[in-house]
Order: sequence, then structure tokens, then C-alpha cells
Amino acid sequence: MIHARGLARTFRTRRGDVDAVRGVDLDVRRGEIVGFLGPNGAGKTTTLRMLTTLLEPTRGEATVAGLDLRRDPAGVRRRIGYVAQSGSTSGNARAGEEVVDHALLYGEDRAVATARGKELFEQLDLDGLWDRTCASLSGGQRRRLDIAMGLVHVPRLVFLDEPTTGLDPQARANLWEHVRALRDARGSTVFLTTHYLDEADALCDRILVIDHGTIVAEGSPDELKRQVSGDAIVLTVSHHADLPRAEAAAGALPGATLAGTEDRTVVVRVPAGATLLAGLLRSLDADGIALDAVELRRPTLDDVFLTLTGRSLRDGETPPTPTGAPA
Amino acid sequence: MIATDTDARPRSTFVHDTLVVFRRAMRLSLRNPVWTVMGLAQPVLYLALFGPLLEPLKVQLGVGNAYQFFVPGLLVQLGMFGAMFVGFGLIAEWRDGVIESERVTPAPRSALVLGRVLRDVVVIAVQGTVLCVVGFAFGLRAPFVGIVLGVLTAAMLGAAFASASYAVALTVKSEDALAPLLNGIALPLLLLSGILLPIVSPAWLKDLSDLNPLKHVVDGIRAEFLGDLSTATSLWGYGLTIALVVVGIWFGTRTFRRENG
Repeated sequence: MIHARGLARTFRTRRGDVDAVRGVDLDVRRGEIVGFLGPNGAGKTTTLRMLTTLLEPTRGEATVAGLDLRRDPAGVRRRIGYVAQSGSTSGNARAGEEVVDHALLYGEDRAVATARGKELFEQLDLDGLWDRTCASLSGGQRRRLDIAMGLVHVPRLVFLDEPTTGLDPQARANLWEHVRALRDARGSTVFLTTHYLDEADALCDRILVIDHGTIVAEGSPDELKRQVSGDAIVLTVSHHADLPRAEAAAGALPGATLAGTEDRTVVVRVPAGATLLAGLLRSLDADGIALDAVELRRPTLDDVFLTLTGRSLRDGETPPTPTGAPA
Repeated sequence: MIATDTDARPRSTFVHDTLVVFRRAMRLSLRNPVWTVMGLAQPVLYLALFGPLLEPLKVQLGVGNAYQFFVPGLLVQLGMFGAMFVGFGLIAEWRDGVIESERVTPAPRSALVLGRVLRDVVVIAVQGTVLCVVGFAFGLRAPFVGIVLGVLTAAMLGAAFASASYAVALTVKSEDALAPLLNGIALPLLLLSGILLPIVSPAWLKDLSDLNPLKHVVDGIRAEFLGDLSTATSLWGYGLTIALVVVGIWFGTRTFRRENG
């Protein structure tokens, strides 16, 4: 569905050139849900805007939905749906009219567009909102309306840019269901960007991790997590004095690396933590070390990101957006 | 369930897409007609509160009634000011993501701007007609053909200024930058156009105003309101109006076509 080679974009600004995307290779197969994960300012949206013909690449080639991005941008537009981060409807327009007008710009027949729009409203839990103004919808409803806008011409490939940013947890979980249904019920291919790890983890078949304009890792959520060496065992001892002995016991586990100690807590990383935990607890008990808490933590995508880039994904909340670059 | 997509766009033409954008814009304007009504209030106020001041000057102005002189000026003012600030609405739409979502459809970029310009032209033509009817009530008497040409000219100026306004709006993308920019252009153009009073002296001011195409457009409509449809004055008016439309639309469509615009 998508094949990109060396896709790059440089923005010219008053302070010099900013390489927003430095050469991205990516392949997305039909029927996949692929997540594009990275902190704000990593180049996610810029890459997406290139793949959706909104921004011309400075360098590189791409085929999107079977057509060459540079040679046939209009053909690409016809085959893809794009749900932008910024929304897609006027506040004082009516929801149903926006969807129908959007479909008309794809050359659809008005009757067909109306029927499809109503069907989408039903599927996206927007029933009864057809004649409401967009401004009167809740955040979650308006986001789902954006998705209806992006789907009304039945694209084979859908791009979602930060689909759940700004939504409450319930609305997010609800939207995930709809994104899964896109693939399961319609056979669409979905390419989405996110800076939420749980979202990428819950939703995506495959994840591309982007940082500083290049892809730094790729794989299924589980594959990526396996790159982090194993699980974390977190022990909290009752008495601070016991900490060195607990540390020694945990550190003696086969393949263990000490990941940090703090106050009364010690963290070790071990491959296959679940199989070692029982033995560790028995030996601590035999040594008379009392524990307040034990935790076995599976690696999260945040751990992956930390391992790959040396910084936490959550540090990237304030983006260093270059001036002149699109928000 | 929905069938698979096709690449066919049976109704996909430039005209079709322009009309889709036009109808959407028109619908939004009609649903919230406050701006349209306020846009008309300004020239009508001028007509009521300034027009009578010109009546004693009608001999010096060379017209049968003062409104034959004044209404053409107001028509040009309407075409200019009615259209110049449409960019603000576009920035609001851009912020809502509407422009981006339209740009990702296969519709020609020029259709996205021209559909909106068409809406503005229709609004100004209606406002111009109302203005002339109100003018008639105040005592405007002029040949019908001249009045029609005057309203048409206002509508065409509207196309030029609306298109340019959209182009500037899409470039600066900020109301705070757009307002001083437009005012900076509009005020000197207005003062140097002789819309309110004829500019005859001092000589330097007259020479300066001669450089303003709008002055010649106003003079053209005034000639048409006196029944003169084919002298140099009215021909200059037609020609400059068409030239402004060409430049304005070129600027507008070019900006929409430019990537990232």
C-alpha cells in the first residue's frame, strides 16, 4: 500500500534550513494497521503530509495506494482518506452537509454520498447528529465526524494523524474500536501517527518509531518490547537496611542487570522474569528480608523508546517546531 | 456493506467542483447573514448621511443629481471593502482544518478558491442592487444600462479583491497580521480613488490618484451613469476592471496551488 524510499523534507526558515524528515524508508502492506510513533516534532506529521500529497518531498520517492506520489498526486488523493490533526469541518456548518460536500469533491453522486454519510454516522455512533452544527458536537463526536469525512469516499488507505489527541479515555477507547473496525469490517489499510504508547500498543499490528526525522526501529509491539532486555522485577523492602542484601540476591539471578535502586526499591531486568520470581522470593524469605511490595513489569513501549533513543517519549511533550514548518 | 472504491470521478470537472465549494460557502453565508447585512449597512449609511451634502455641489460635479456622482463611488467601495476582508473567514476555516481537508481531495486547487470567490461575487451583486434601489429612493436617476454596468463592475472588483484577500490570508494565516495589512492597502486606495469627492487639486494629489486604477474604475461607472457607455473614460473603466480581475484571480489560484499554502 505504501512504499517510500529516502523520503525527506527540509523547511527553509529565516534561521536556516530545518531537516524535519531526513530520509524515511517505509513499507505498509494491505490490511495492516501501522502506527507511526514518536515524540512531538519527530517528523510524524511532516511525513504524513508528504504521503498524502499535501507537502512535496525535498528528496525521495514513494508509491502510495499503487500510484507514484510525484507523478500522480491527484490519483493518490482519489484513493486515500486523510484525517488531519486539526479537524476538517467548520463550526457553523452542519455535520451531514460537511460530509456530503466532501464526498461531492471526490466526484461522488449526491444520493450515494448522502447514503454513505448516513451509514457512516450510524457506524461511528453519530446517529441523530446529521443536522447539528459541528460546533455543538462534543470533542469525541467531532473527531468521529472527521473520520467520517475521511472515509466517505471509501478509500482503500486511511491516514489518521493523532486521532485521539485531546479525547477523554472513554472516547479514546471508543475510537480505537472504530479504527479496528476499519480494518476488520472494511479491509482498509490504516496508517496512523500517535505519541501515545498505549495507543500504538493496543491498536497497531506494526509500529515504526521515528525520532529526529529518521526511523529508528520497526516491528510489532511485542517484537519491539523484546528488544528491551526482558522484564523488570521491582522489589520494595520493608527496611532500608535490607536493601543491599535484596540487591545482591536479585542481581545474582541468571542474566540479571541492575536497573536502579531508590530509597527502599530495587529494580532489576531479567529475561523471562516470571519464571525466576518464585525462586527469588523464596531466597529473600529464607534470608529474612521482609518485602512491602513486589512487581513484575513487562516492558512498555516507553522502555523501548528509552532504549532506542536514550530519552523518554514523555519528555518530548513540548515540541521544538521549526518556524515556518506546519503545525 | 459499501462496495470497493473506484477511481472514476464521473462528475469531476473544474466547474462541478467550483460549484460544490460555492454552494457550501453560500449556504454558510445565508445561514449567518449578519455580515452580509452589515456589509450593506455601510454604503447605505454613506448614502443617507453623506449623500445629501453633495446635493448643493451637483452643478460643479457636472451631474443632474448628486447620487449620479455618489452611487458609482459607493459601488466601487462596496466591491472593494465587501470583498477585501473575506480572508478573515478563510483563516477561520483554515484553523478548523477545512482547507487542508479540501486540499486532500482530488478537486482542482483553483476550484477551492474560485468557489468561494463566486459566493462573494453573488453577495456583492445583491448588495449592489439593493444599494442602487435605495439610491433610487433617495433620488438617483440614471440610465438602466449604466446602473447594471455599475453593479457588474462592483461584482467584478469583488472577485478581484476577494481572490487576493484569500491569497494573502492563506499566506499569513493570522488575523493579527491580516488586519493591518489589508487596512494599510485599503485606506490609501480609498482616499486616492475620488469615491467621496472628485480629486481635482492640488496637482500632486491628482497625479497620485491618476496612478490608482480604482479612480478610473469609479470615473468609468460615473460616465456610465450619465449614459456614456463607449467613450475613453468608460472603456478605461472596463479595461482596468478586467485587468484587476485577472491579476486578483491569478494571485488567488496561484497561492492555493502552491504546496503548503
